[in-house]
Amino acid sequence: MEIYELTVHELLEKLDKKEITKQEILASYQNRIKEKENDVQAFITITDAEAKEQLEKNENNNSKLAGIPIGIKDNICTKGIKTTCASKMLENFVAPYNATVMDKINNEGMVMLGKLNMDEFAMGSSTEHSYFKQTKNPWNLNKVPGGSSGGSAAAVASGMLPWALGSDTGGSIRQPASYCGIVGLKPTYGLVSRYGLVAYASSLDQIGTLTKDVKDASMLLNVIAGHDEKDTTSAIKEKKDYTQALKNDIKGLKIGVPKEYFDDGIDEEVRESIKQAIEKYRELGAIVEECSLDIAEYALGSYYVIACAEASSNLGRFDGIRYGYRTKNYENLRDIYRNSRSEGFGAEVKRRIILGTYVLSSGYYDAYYKKAQQVRTLVRNEYAKNFEKYDCLLTPTAPNVAFDIGSKVNNPLEMYLADLCTVPVNIAGLPGISIPCGLNSEGMPIGFQLIGKPFDEETILNVAYTYEQNTDFRKNKPEFRN
Amino acid sequence: MQVSKEEIIHIAKLANINLKQEEVDTYLGHLEEILNYANIVNKAPIDGLSETIGVNEAYNVFRKDEIKESFPREELLQNAPEKQEGMFKIPKVINA
Repeated sequence: MEIYELTVHELLEKLDKKEITKQEILASYQNRIKEKENDVQAFITITDAEAKEQLEKNENNNSKLAGIPIGIKDNICTKGIKTTCASKMLENFVAPYNATVMDKINNEGMVMLGKLNMDEFAMGSSTEHSYFKQTKNPWNLNKVPGGSSGGSAAAVASGMLPWALGSDTGGSIRQPASYCGIVGLKPTYGLVSRYGLVAYASSLDQIGTLTKDVKDASMLLNVIAGHDEKDTTSAIKEKKDYTQALKNDIKGLKIGVPKEYFDDGIDEEVRESIKQAIEKYRELGAIVEECSLDIAEYALGSYYVIACAEASSNLGRFDGIRYGYRTKNYENLRDIYRNSRSEGFGAEVKRRIILGTYVLSSGYYDAYYKKAQQVRTLVRNEYAKNFEKYDCLLTPTAPNVAFDIGSKVNNPLEMYLADLCTVPVNIAGLPGISIPCGLNSEGMPIGFQLIGKPFDEETILNVAYTYEQNTDFRKNKPEFRN
Repeated sequence: MQVSKEEIIHIAKLANINLKQEEVDTYLGHLEEILNYANIVNKAPIDGLSETIGVNEAYNVFRKDEIKESFPREELLQNAPEKQEGMFKIPKVINA
């Protein structure tokens, strides 16, 4: 087995036994990037030289993760290295500070190998809305990797990184993880600081992990979780060691399966694969029951109102004055604002800003925005009712497997439906994890999602881990089919 | 949901975004389609429910008002498209 095929906990074991060195780990991943990046196109910036420097600098760092490579989605600020949000607007933006999660990663002595492609400003489900490049799905290079954290998912799936950070506003970690056959964890809103994450929809955004397996997800969550006074929405909770939750035992645990997520809107092969996963859970001793959670469409409707409203406000800061793209074509200040924004933002970003401005404008505020906020209460209540009976809920991560590049890019609404299963989790601020459970007849990965109570990442991690330990999806490797 | 051309041009103006003629038509179609879908929020059983603005329980989070070192001016100006004498430079806004 090549070094780049190992999980982080396997790397640590080998380091511990002195079977490999940190230099060999770095070299293995950097070679793998040289070999596969041409096909996959996951990176916006590759930080080869900085990575070597970082490794040398941390020679005496005693953290067990010192020297472990990582990749970072390009909407997370990295001091001294470009943070572009995959937008022409921020093509040359170099953040003067680190995101809190980056400080934490650096304190551990981890080595960043690069910044990863995404949909512009995290708005999209396919990474097709990147200004710079189209990331390909490593299982089939004609398919999208999902999005918006598509670069992060594709890089981990193709072995160019052992793990990566992404962000998830409506499914942007879980959906690409599912499309690329890896594990994607979106923590509870407030568990991880958003300081230094370029804001899309602040009440929904959350940083999370893309990893090869569940144990790695727990380890990386240990690093990034925690209160931060620079993010007033970050929660004050006691520090946990999430790896302690991985018991490989779910006997007697109650899992609810909302029946609404298994209707005609869900691809048949996806449904079948997840039904088998449910059977597996029964075999493993869990009590699995059908339940009702009739909120998916209400939640998706409210998501596009709320997310776009918040985006229209958050992206108001991009005006060509203090940072970001400035038009060459202006005579006065108003021209600078208008032309910089019109030339600097891509089509999807403009679409969402216009939609957001519309739903917040006088006359429509009550009809859309206010109602969407009430739907948010409804969604939270419906989850709460289910969590009175169940320890966690299980749904598909996405209604379909990865689709062909170009097939939905001109139909925004159809693209939005790819988020149907993940969006309600953000609306309610809950933790969710996607784990792979099989391949369809075309060899594309299928994933399912576990949803937990607020700040109960332990349960979904253990439930995911137990499935993973008793199945062997990880034996499948992407083949970079053309 | 019917949106008029005038309306979308007005909204784009509010958002400081120029739309070309052909963009007006595409965005109009997309906007109507998305709003038709989003209109489902008006059919949800939400009578009497309060509004959720954010899911975190904290309300009015304060910190101590302490004097701390701020970012160096040069670092904050490093991304400015135009600057002069330690300030962001913009075109003249007052006509003499």
